[in-house]
Amino acid sequence: MSGFFTAFLEMFDTATISSIVAGASALMFATMGETISEKAGVINLSVDGSMMLAALAGFVIAFETDVVWLGFPAAAAVGMAVALLIAFSNIKLGLNQIAVGFVLFALSTELSRFLGNSYVGRPPVGVPAWDIPGLSSIPFFGPVLFDHNLVVYLSYLTVIATYLLMYRTRKGLEMQGIGERPEAAHARGIPVNKLRYFYTALGGALIGIGGAAFSLDVKLGWSDRPTRNLGWIVLAIVIFGGWHPLRAAIGVLLFGALQAFAINLIPEFPSLSQVLPSIPFPAMILALVVVNWKALLKWLDRYPFLRAILRSDPPTAIGTAFEVD
Amino acid sequence: MNRARITTLALPILVVLGSVVVLLILAGTNPWDPIRIIVEGSIGWPPFEGGSARKVGDTFMVWVPIALASAGLIVTFNAGMWNIGIEGQIIMGAIAAALVAREVSAPRPLLILLAILAGAAGGMLWGLLVGVLRTAGGVNEIFGGLGLDFVALSITTYLIIGPWARSGVASTSGTNPFPDNALLPSLGGSKLSPLAVAIAVLALLGVWTLFRGTLYGLKLKAVGRNRSSAFLMGIPTNRYLLGAFAICGALAGIAGTSQALGLHFKLIPAISGNFGFLAILVVLLARFQPIWVAPISFFFAMVAVGGPGLSLRLGLHGSLGGVLQGVLVLSAMLGLGWAAYLTRRRAMTESGVSSG
Repeated sequence: MSGFFTAFLEMFDTATISSIVAGASALMFATMGETISEKAGVINLSVDGSMMLAALAGFVIAFETDVVWLGFPAAAAVGMAVALLIAFSNIKLGLNQIAVGFVLFALSTELSRFLGNSYVGRPPVGVPAWDIPGLSSIPFFGPVLFDHNLVVYLSYLTVIATYLLMYRTRKGLEMQGIGERPEAAHARGIPVNKLRYFYTALGGALIGIGGAAFSLDVKLGWSDRPTRNLGWIVLAIVIFGGWHPLRAAIGVLLFGALQAFAINLIPEFPSLSQVLPSIPFPAMILALVVVNWKALLKWLDRYPFLRAILRSDPPTAIGTAFEVD
Repeated sequence: MNRARITTLALPILVVLGSVVVLLILAGTNPWDPIRIIVEGSIGWPPFEGGSARKVGDTFMVWVPIALASAGLIVTFNAGMWNIGIEGQIIMGAIAAALVAREVSAPRPLLILLAILAGAAGGMLWGLLVGVLRTAGGVNEIFGGLGLDFVALSITTYLIIGPWARSGVASTSGTNPFPDNALLPSLGGSKLSPLAVAIAVLALLGVWTLFRGTLYGLKLKAVGRNRSSAFLMGIPTNRYLLGAFAICGALAGIAGTSQALGLHFKLIPAISGNFGFLAILVVLLARFQPIWVAPISFFFAMVAVGGPGLSLRLGLHGSLGGVLQGVLVLSAMLGLGWAAYLTRRRAMTESGVSSG
């Protein structure tokens, strides 16, 4: 029991918190991408595969050109292409988003293994460290927030930008409109399907950038299915975060903390060393059970303040196609 | 056969062949070689000739879990549920069957019967859990199922390196082999178990009958099509959803039993062989028709068994088989979707002409 406690205390170490923030960048981009896409009404279920294929594209381009930054647009293009395929098959062909998304998950995972096979174990290319002068010397916040690299800083900016776009602009209101009540949005003259294409593509590009952030920053280089299961976590965090960018960002950090905690526990419970690293995955998804538990939600309804923090209702028209009569 | 029908069928096939050929040329090989190697590695070349008994046996024993899981998924799909938790249900079936194989001593027929029942019960329990989370907890079945997939995987790893560790060194390569007494009886010289194949065929026939000739199947379909109308018609929708998960879980659990006692003969971390996810692709490609599931699963099983030969013989990664399956399902879906779109558009312009 004391081992458990020590591992818990280590969580509050500046270095640990700093590494959680740094390691969260990939999931941060992808989660924002999925939140945008779902908010506009399109579920991109392919994340686990498209993020992987994008991670490969990012690594391959960065490796071949020796310019690390070129990896990011390449990865964004891959993520966008997969997302557009989902949007097209749903909007134009009326196919089920979940079905197409699942098939694309399977296909892009296998494609990443097939095309990436010859890149396994190649020397990694990484984003250079860059501590922001001045800001990085603030005690505690400096090392935690500003002693990383451009990708990590961009992940903060993406969260803030997503929040501002969604809740502080007219465009964001339209985005919510096409995900909640597409008929009403259409009646107000908003081009529902055009915007759905746009936001799904934008979301896919962010998912792709998340993939590149993984292979070029979080865990350098390429191996067989390096981002395995992270895409499913992204989908879970979007729900956990109640389709709100800031809550989702907290979810990403909580998942990172859970992972760090599980790793900290290994020295205390060496016999579980193979099992512990995988515990955060079921834990995170089972956390959904709590936030979706009907009895709890009913109880919360009595407390408007708590309700605002914890309640999560999906966009009403999520997963459905919108057809103009 | 009219023109639209031909386009519907031909387009996906052409797209598949085209994309596979392009992919293979990109990878630097002659497109014909991989196909021959997959056929040769799974059912022998020329097919089913003498000397290929072992391969054919393996292919059938891969077909069994895919077909069983697909049969189960047809039930949950008809109830309108995305049972992504099928992987976990296969794993729990394998664990339950392994428990019986390791701990129970009984005459062989009884022991095998017990193991199959235990496997079905293990899978059913895991399926029902997804169902209960959905109906009582309001947790979307995709995520409840995924969470339980991860839990089942963790339990397997824990058992393999912990309580069921191999004597001597604990390693993630698997437990000790099960006693011979508990293994599914097979035809000489191969792993082919007529019992397992028979169960899979019966499951497909059963699911076919369920939706062709029973009131239960009809009501289940009603629940899947429109839950609120079904409820208003007096169907206890939650009970039907749980029923669908129970049936699917039980079939997946038997698939896991076949994996443990018919193919691997021990518990390994990847005991599900990813066949649950593969079965989702099979069912989507078969458009939820049990009759189509049988041949499509067989083709997928051939790719799964013959695929690894690609790396030995051609230096291509074995995942080419998975790519092929994915491209096939995707292009079939897009092709059919496109054909339906054209039909819709034609109907719309025609009605426009007549009314105008």
